[in-house]
Amino acid sequence: MRFSAAVGAWLILWLWPVRIALESDMAVHMILQVPLLIGIGLFVAIAVRPHEPHWLADADWLGIPGIVMVVFGTSFWMLPRALDGAVADPWMDAAKFLSLPLLVGLPLGLSWRRMPPLGRAFIWANFIPKLGAIGGLYLAAPARLCAYYRLDQQAVAGWTLIILAVVLGTLWFIVALVGRPAPGLRQLSVATPPIRAT
Amino acid sequence: MMTRGFLPLLAIVAAGGIAALAWETDGFRVVTSAGARQLSIERNPVRLPDVRLVDQDGHAFSFSSYKGRPVLVDFIYTGCPTLCGVLGDDFHRVLQLMTGAGAGAPIDLLSISFDPQNDDRKALQLYGDRYGAKAPRWRIARPADERGLAELLQSFGVVVIPDGVGGFIHNSAVYLIDTRGRLARILDPDSPPRLFADALRASLP
Repeated sequence: MRFSAAVGAWLILWLWPVRIALESDMAVHMILQVPLLIGIGLFVAIAVRPHEPHWLADADWLGIPGIVMVVFGTSFWMLPRALDGAVADPWMDAAKFLSLPLLVGLPLGLSWRRMPPLGRAFIWANFIPKLGAIGGLYLAAPARLCAYYRLDQQAVAGWTLIILAVVLGTLWFIVALVGRPAPGLRQLSVATPPIRAT
Repeated sequence: MMTRGFLPLLAIVAAGGIAALAWETDGFRVVTSAGARQLSIERNPVRLPDVRLVDQDGHAFSFSSYKGRPVLVDFIYTGCPTLCGVLGDDFHRVLQLMTGAGAGAPIDLLSISFDPQNDDRKALQLYGDRYGAKAPRWRIARPADERGLAELLQSFGVVVIPDGVGGFIHNSAVYLIDTRGRLARILDPDSPPRLFADALRASLP
């Protein structure tokens, strides 16, 4: 069920008008289409998780090989040349449509649960500043980095990445230092009397 | 404790990842498609199709007319409000350097319009007058037909996209054609003396 939903979503994204619409703008390409394709891979991971072979689960110690694959896959598709290639060359676009779900989303979905909390924290702490840094780079670049996108689109993509980094960073900060809102939290806040000004 | 199969799997993933990144960046040297193109041209100069062009005086010519002389080429459209003006100024300064070097500087300039629908002979003439361009030293030209235009953009690797307000956005590079009529280098336009020096060096045997 999940698997067919993932394949269906993938096919919709691949449809010509949808594909052209999502790739015509740099920010939409980077911040909507790419994450959606990774998300499809996450769905596939949930579907295939019960059938994962034992040797793979064993070899993926602490989820390290899987997350290394994710880091390489996402780095590759952050290259301006790769983004250009996906717009200009249908084969490169096909490679993107296959590699983002299968070489990024799928290993992320399988390996994340095997990672210790500190490992997850390390990945978040790397990923969020990287988003912001790339956003800053796009804004600071005097010339266009992609031949197929305008300078103003590049600036919008830069700002979107920075805003995304700030939002994710704030959320992660709250989760890391305050903790997820748990049932106990509400009781705690009720039990603690508010400080009164004297 | 490390599990069995961990190191081999990690090695395969890392090797594959590094190989993919190295391939896409031409060995960690370029991150943009323009940079990749620049590098590939310098390694393997490409032969250009002998497209028929018409200059500001209405004279037909083609790249083979330049045999033996290097040519600096840029791509423009005369309705361009921004970038082409900068390119025009750059070529104007190269022209001054050429004149300063005496009639002996064996190089030529060529500005090609990729907007032949709007850029008729009159428009090319006006653009040329603005920067002191005179054929054949500095031709302002347009392809004789649409097919020639497509061939030109393809072989030079020029990407033209609409700017959303009726104009175009395009590569701002200067292309150097060597004495054998091949596209030999893609140069940054910001330094006219360097453009002049590079073209002059290409004229030496």
